[in-house]
Amino acid sequence: MTTPAPTAAPAPAESTPRRRSRRLAGAGAVVRRRLLVAVPILAATSAGMFALGAASPIDPAQQYAGAAAFTTTEENLAQIRANWGVDDPLPVQYLRWVGNLLQGDLGWSTSRHEPVTSVLAARAGWTLLLVGAALALVLVASLLLGTLAAYRRGGWFDRALRATAYAVQSMPVFWIGLAAIALFALTLGWLPAGGLTDITATGTDPADVARHLILPVGVLAVAQLPWFVLFIRDAVADSLRDDHVLAARARGLPGRTVLFGHALRTALLPFLTLVGTHLPELIGGAVLVETVFSLPGLGAVTVQAALGSDFPLLAATTLATTVVVLAANLGTDLAYAAADPRVRLDD
Amino acid sequence: MTDLALPVRLRRSKPRTGRVGAAAAWAVLVGAGLACLLAPVLWPLDESAVDLARTRLAPSWAHPAGTDDLGRDVAHRSLYGLRVSLLVGAVAALVATVIGGLVGAVAGTLGGWVDRVLMRVVDTMAALPHLLLGIFIVAMLRPSLGAVILSIGLTHWLSTARIVRSELLSLRTRPFIDAAISGGASRTRVITRHLLPHVLPRLALATTLMVPHAVWHETALSFLGLGLPPHLASIGNMINDGQRSLLTGAWWASIVPGLLLVVVTLALAALTGRWRDRLDPRVRAELNL
Repeated sequence: MTTPAPTAAPAPAESTPRRRSRRLAGAGAVVRRRLLVAVPILAATSAGMFALGAASPIDPAQQYAGAAAFTTTEENLAQIRANWGVDDPLPVQYLRWVGNLLQGDLGWSTSRHEPVTSVLAARAGWTLLLVGAALALVLVASLLLGTLAAYRRGGWFDRALRATAYAVQSMPVFWIGLAAIALFALTLGWLPAGGLTDITATGTDPADVARHLILPVGVLAVAQLPWFVLFIRDAVADSLRDDHVLAARARGLPGRTVLFGHALRTALLPFLTLVGTHLPELIGGAVLVETVFSLPGLGAVTVQAALGSDFPLLAATTLATTVVVLAANLGTDLAYAAADPRVRLDD
Repeated sequence: MTDLALPVRLRRSKPRTGRVGAAAAWAVLVGAGLACLLAPVLWPLDESAVDLARTRLAPSWAHPAGTDDLGRDVAHRSLYGLRVSLLVGAVAALVATVIGGLVGAVAGTLGGWVDRVLMRVVDTMAALPHLLLGIFIVAMLRPSLGAVILSIGLTHWLSTARIVRSELLSLRTRPFIDAAISGGASRTRVITRHLLPHVLPRLALATTLMVPHAVWHETALSFLGLGLPPHLASIGNMINDGQRSLLTGAWWASIVPGLLLVVVTLALAALTGRWRDRLDPRVRAELNL
């Protein structure tokens, strides 16, 4: 947790080397403490998921055998159960599962018939690329649009932008994706409707992949944009009324300098927190976007695992996402502390 | 506000557009509600009747929104789908409110370590992608109506728990509670006569605010094939089915049901936003439609 120091007097620019080193000295302790908190969180999440998986009516042995389950003998199924220890007491099974996780063995995916680790390794990169590119687009677009809207707040651009943002907020991301496919891929024929490469392509040519990613990245970004645009717009509109901005105006600084150098700068800090809290939404959006555009990412494979009741793969993707989100939250807190001299990392 | 002699008159800006927008939102909601309720009377077709002679017809007078790949009228089926989606969303929001209300009430009244543990759980769950969590729950319980409602209820109760807890914490320190207790009111009386009437409006508001989110969640699950049974006309199922037609150029089968959902949930969100602003001016939303 980062807390503003109680004596948060309007800090003069404190960037003397000594001050900064003292502020960042707390960072190591914070990282250590966060890691300590992350352990019970991950334990609770994994235990909750395991309990749900155990309560589920699905027999993992039949799951593993697939269509062959109808023809294999009862002895074979019993052998699979015995091999996997499915009939052991639940705590034993849970501890064995966690022990395997810690050793890097994430289990065997029953829907894809390969180790979970190789599924993750093959697909995580594409999801990171999709989410990362969409996040970058969201940041740039929301900073630009939000600042412009705040500068002339109440004007036609501001009103149009806000109305659009509220409308987009209530549009499901997969619906936006389908509409984009109908318009840009089928009617206009500008961009491919799905997939990562052309059907005829043999490898993953960067230009080909980029062309296939324009629509998914754009759709994911547009669906997340409203929250960020509205936030920046309000934050900049507020900080335009701050004393230091008025003082800069009074000193006769040009409008652009005041807007981007003074008003936007103070509005940026809380924005970092928004990025951290919105990451789960972005990941949820990626699951849907990957499904709509048939991308070979983690999201699409999660859905396939869910459709096939593939517990090991589902649990692995959910846990991996949890780790990523926790790490990102820590990252935003550290960035916040590094950027704002009034914030100290010693709670 | 009348007994406070404020030196400056607080002006509540009420732009004209706000009232026009609210009227439009009411019109949409009432219209959609009536259409959903009266659809079986006014338009008594079987919404799942397959007619392979008229598949993927473009919008026309006979079929205002065209037909899908099984020859079902999209406009007609969308109305039935909206009914199902809103109903599932409302029930799921209610389940989430009950869970969140109970957790919030326990945390807010007991306090101490119970409160700390419960709120830590809430914080943890809030940090997880709730769509992934919902997918996990549905997958483990096998997709069905009950699983969908449970999945939404178990992932959407966090904000309600926070609201109820903070409301109770602030109520506990208020003078009228002290007065009631020192006046000899029993614990039950304090809870039923003094605490509940203050918490209930918040709870009602939280439930209504959650309905659009519950509907979106149900739509997303159904779209992924993890939601309601495929034959049931729900908006998510229709968008999912429409994907097959989309690639052959029949965009209406997916886009029209989604558009109906967007318009209705937008109107619902706008009106509940106004309600919240009236109930709690401090957290005034920007949604001045």
